[in-house]
Amino acid sequence: MFSCTNPDQIEGLNWLVCYLSTAKHMAFYQSFVVVLSLVLITAPLALLFGLMAASASRSAIAVMRWPAKIYIAMVRGVPDIVFFLFVPLALDQGIEYIRHRALCSDQTGSVWQGNDFIVCDIAKMPLSSASAWAHDFYGFMLAVTAYAIVFGAFAGNVLAGAMAAVPHAQLETGSAFGMSRRQVYWRVLFPQMWIYALPGLSNLWVLLIKATPLLFLLGIQDIVYWARELGSAKTSAYTYPHPDWRVWYFLALLIFYLFVTWVSERVFDRLNRRFSRGQAVLMNSQQAGG
Amino acid sequence: MSSCLNAFQDYGLRAIGYGERLLPKADITICEQFALIGSGLIWNIFFGVLAIVIGYWFALALAVGKMSGSGWLCGFSVGFIYLFRGTPLFIQFFFAYELFVLLPKVGITLDLWVVTIDLETRWLTRAWLGALLVLILNTSAYSAEIFYGALRSTPRGEVEAAMAYGMSGWQRFWRVLWPHMMRLAWPSYTNEAIFLFHATTLVFFSGFPAWRQSGDALYYANYFADKTFNPFIAYPIIAFYFIIFTLMIIVLFSWINRRLNRHLPQHAKQRLSIRLNVIR
Repeated sequence: MFSCTNPDQIEGLNWLVCYLSTAKHMAFYQSFVVVLSLVLITAPLALLFGLMAASASRSAIAVMRWPAKIYIAMVRGVPDIVFFLFVPLALDQGIEYIRHRALCSDQTGSVWQGNDFIVCDIAKMPLSSASAWAHDFYGFMLAVTAYAIVFGAFAGNVLAGAMAAVPHAQLETGSAFGMSRRQVYWRVLFPQMWIYALPGLSNLWVLLIKATPLLFLLGIQDIVYWARELGSAKTSAYTYPHPDWRVWYFLALLIFYLFVTWVSERVFDRLNRRFSRGQAVLMNSQQAGG
Repeated sequence: MSSCLNAFQDYGLRAIGYGERLLPKADITICEQFALIGSGLIWNIFFGVLAIVIGYWFALALAVGKMSGSGWLCGFSVGFIYLFRGTPLFIQFFFAYELFVLLPKVGITLDLWVVTIDLETRWLTRAWLGALLVLILNTSAYSAEIFYGALRSTPRGEVEAAMAYGMSGWQRFWRVLWPHMMRLAWPSYTNEAIFLFHATTLVFFSGFPAWRQSGDALYYANYFADKTFNPFIAYPIIAFYFIIFTLMIIVLFSWINRRLNRHLPQHAKQRLSIRLNVIR
């Protein structure tokens, strides 16, 4: 066994092992967990948003239908990156504005003064006295919201398409049996649509994974941040001097994403086979026909 | 009103190096934001159009390669498509930039018998070439997968009929397979074009430096949002521009779609509907 106390005296593989287990590298490995947790938290939220939007877009009430339709359509026209930059900032300012109005009602001036956004100290989110951990968590939650909104709109597209794909005759049969609209929705449409939605949803899952490096744009210390930080050239003033290694760090990230998408693809393939059992969809007839 | 005209004169072409050198710093007007973000859009269109046009031919080659089913060409195509579709574009940009930086600055001289080509590798670290290259390769992989799917669903009878007519492999491809593939692939390819156009906004956030603050639309929108601390003006402006241009892409592509389907009987014609079932 060797120790890492004198890095300049060790060489080769031992040096590499020591180098890869510094405190900063541990933070780098933790950021992979952050990325995966973002995906795992966002996916169900986005599915919920999408489900609500897709259901509302079929509503008979115009006030419910049109906002849902606009929400679903927005990701077709505007790049998702714009939302990732806009939503966290807008949310943050919105929250601070409301707190400012509620907590410091004595200040009547506009919060936008020149090129600044000024709220009183006790309206800050999180409070400037809060720990660094609270700041990180708040930033992460803003990012989760932004991702959930954007991917909720994507999921809304997929689910609206899937609801439209459920054979109309089945819904009519439901109402012929005397079911109410609500009953038709929950007993016929809802259970039937998933098989039509699955290919689109699996694609969305991969899309969500591939969108995670954009966390870097939101100022979160994610894997891209650490790859740049750790990979940049270190002079001999550092414990572990090395030339510019960023290209290797990014190569490692590419391999990581390749692996995650590969695993997801296999899981969804299996799910798709499981769910389409006994369904009259194209895949089965192809299998039956050879 | 005249000050608004001034803003467009000063900043309308700022993104490609003409007009006012300094970006607006204080007292930023809405007109200045409209002008500068609009000028940044030139870069998005540059990247989008060139990547789609060049990437189309490369994607075609890749799809045919994957279709061939065996040999090194097939292996290369499958690997290439898998690599570029399985990793985020954002990381591809970063990786490519760091790779280009490492290339020798002097340039490589290719002696091609008749002509010699000086490849100036230093241009690769600039966004207009380096990022364009990444975008071309990226869209090629996605388009190739779309084309491959369309090629696979060509009815066997059509190819057999072409063989019976004594067409060579080359003729079979260009007269039978290719038109059929285009028709089937077009709706998905429209989606790809839209999302590639949207993806061009990543370029200046991904390592490639904006030389003399000449960036794309999102670069300027982000600049304004940072400067004014007010996201409610700059981002809606860029959203407005992108909606307009997305609609233009849809109009153009559905016109092509109509031409591709013009020989079909009326009831078999399909209107181009932009469904987002499978995106990128």
